[in-house]
Amino acid sequence: MTTTTEQSSKRLNTAKAMVEAIASEMERDENVFVLGEDVGPYGGIFSSTTGLIDRFGPERVMDTPISETAFIGAAIGAATEGMRPIVELMFVDFFGVCMDQIYNHMAKIHFESGGNVKVPMVLMTAVGGGYSDGAQHSQCLWGTFAHLPGMKVVVPSNPADAAGLMTAAIRDDNPVVFMFHKGVMGLPWMAKNPRSIGPVPDGDHVVEIGKAATPRRGSDVTVVTLSLSVHHALDVAEELAGEGVDVEVIDLRSIVPLDTEAILESVGRTGHLVIVDEDYQSFGLSGEIAARIAESDPTILKSPISRVAVPDVSIPYSRSLEYAALPTRARIKAAILEQVSK
Amino acid sequence: MEARVQRELYDQMVLIRTYEEAILREYHADKKPVFDIGAGLVPGEMHLSAGQEPVAAGVCAHLTTDDAVTATHRPHHFAIAHGIDLNAMTAEIFGRVDGLGKGRGGHMHLFDPKTHFSCSGIIAEGYPSAAGAALAFKKRGTGQIAVGVTGEGAANQGAFHETLNLASLWKLPAVFIVEDNDWGISVPRSASTCVASNAERAAAYGMPGIRIEDNAVEAVYEAAGHAVERARNGGGPTLIEVHTLRLWGHFEGDAQGYRSDIEGVPGQDPIPTYEATLRSAGVLDDAAVVETQTRATELVESAIAFAKASPEPDPSTVLDYVFA
Repeated sequence: MTTTTEQSSKRLNTAKAMVEAIASEMERDENVFVLGEDVGPYGGIFSSTTGLIDRFGPERVMDTPISETAFIGAAIGAATEGMRPIVELMFVDFFGVCMDQIYNHMAKIHFESGGNVKVPMVLMTAVGGGYSDGAQHSQCLWGTFAHLPGMKVVVPSNPADAAGLMTAAIRDDNPVVFMFHKGVMGLPWMAKNPRSIGPVPDGDHVVEIGKAATPRRGSDVTVVTLSLSVHHALDVAEELAGEGVDVEVIDLRSIVPLDTEAILESVGRTGHLVIVDEDYQSFGLSGEIAARIAESDPTILKSPISRVAVPDVSIPYSRSLEYAALPTRARIKAAILEQVSK
Repeated sequence: MEARVQRELYDQMVLIRTYEEAILREYHADKKPVFDIGAGLVPGEMHLSAGQEPVAAGVCAHLTTDDAVTATHRPHHFAIAHGIDLNAMTAEIFGRVDGLGKGRGGHMHLFDPKTHFSCSGIIAEGYPSAAGAALAFKKRGTGQIAVGVTGEGAANQGAFHETLNLASLWKLPAVFIVEDNDWGISVPRSASTCVASNAERAAAYGMPGIRIEDNAVEAVYEAAGHAVERARNGGGPTLIEVHTLRLWGHFEGDAQGYRSDIEGVPGQDPIPTYEATLRSAGVLDDAAVVETQTRATELVESAIAFAKASPEPDPSTVLDYVFA
């Protein structure tokens, strides 16, 4: 279902790619509308809605009061009545104030109704750290939402995927939590990763939710990761190629559904696995991936797996401390080298 | 008030009470001699609405099944007054495959897209989605409205205040109902807020707030009529608080040892009170009362029989409906 129009593409940063995908769905379907904090004239704190209000007006791009419970709940109510709202809550760290609406209401209605009521909405939010924004503005928390049944959890790492996954999320009949890392958006006021600007196919570009990508093929070790850590892993892989280590990088792109098959296939070939996760280590994504391999066939591993995640500490403010907690290139490189030495 | 409307309000209240009495009977039938909340034909917590019939009957008389209602964990009276299919609702309460949610929801989680009805087990959770339904109706210009219902305990919840603010700000076609039955489980209203009437809180959000005392169905009907008309005509939301009555416990099995008003409660039962009013007005006589009761009993017993005849869901389908 992944459609890539090779002959025609444009170069966009991730933020712009998301905006273009939203705009094109708003043009295609009048039920699609956007609401949230500062999504109007400001254009989204992380530029996820820039310019939409000029194109679609305040009726379809609605700034809300700082009332997360009310406006996320309102999106739920509108979705159950057949609209397709895209609601932004700027930082995932803020979801605690409205968590009931998310995991008890949005995620459960389809189930509780025996499939009779659908909740086709996208809940988008920024995740991740690396710029000294402290413990309440730097978390990823995707494992939290993946743990609670009933919502898909999508985490793109680059412009093309952000656009294709956003289109898929809007068209999905399920609630989709769409989490974009600030560090992949290509924002002018943040250290830019070179891959935060890239080609986005023209036309009806849809990336199926639940299919991992393999941005780098390799034979010695598999790095399974997502979001900004994909870029770190690719950087390290390029560096290690010069040292004779051939690294395969898997970009999960979504964690609900999780592409277990792609992980097993890759690890089956390399025999070595490094999981890189910017979320907290314990009871999260990295443990889940390890468990799935253990349940499926632990003999595909030639050595015990390595995890590079946030070591169960709140994200510190001070730069030196923050980078001691985050999954940096240095930590990823060390884990890879340790794997291939086993 | 027209006799026809009075009779409709009465009939609706009797149907609701008859239903709740039947559920009460079925709920306790096989939980003896030792009460086990998870046992029997109707397992789990059960919150019945006896005493609160005037609110649902008075409000829903102005709605059609195109209008949305989001009710509370005590939802049956609003569900019935809003015209939900009694068989499917009862089968859901019994956890059966022909239930509204095919046995996935239970009595606190009734979802009926045909009547745009929903409810939830979390205090004030349905208020924001009522605003969202109203937003959808406004965007489409359909003339539909949404009614959100909570109890007075929920009026101290963030979701309540956030929703009133948002709905008023956006002039949504919505009506917000507070059922003040004096008790948030075991905590009296006097111990949960200093505000004498939650209707006063509406002023903080720039919307009309009306409080109705005495659990009077005709007063609810009148106030709701104005609020519904205002919502349909683009005037925005209204908050209506009704001082109603929780005749029974918070849930079945609640001994209500905390309750200081229990002595006087049976005398305030709104159904015999209203029946007496209508008898003296010449709207009801013995034959009419019997007719109403007979019809209600037939409907309810038929729904109970339908639920009992419906199979339990197949355990192999346990993972169905997580995703669409």
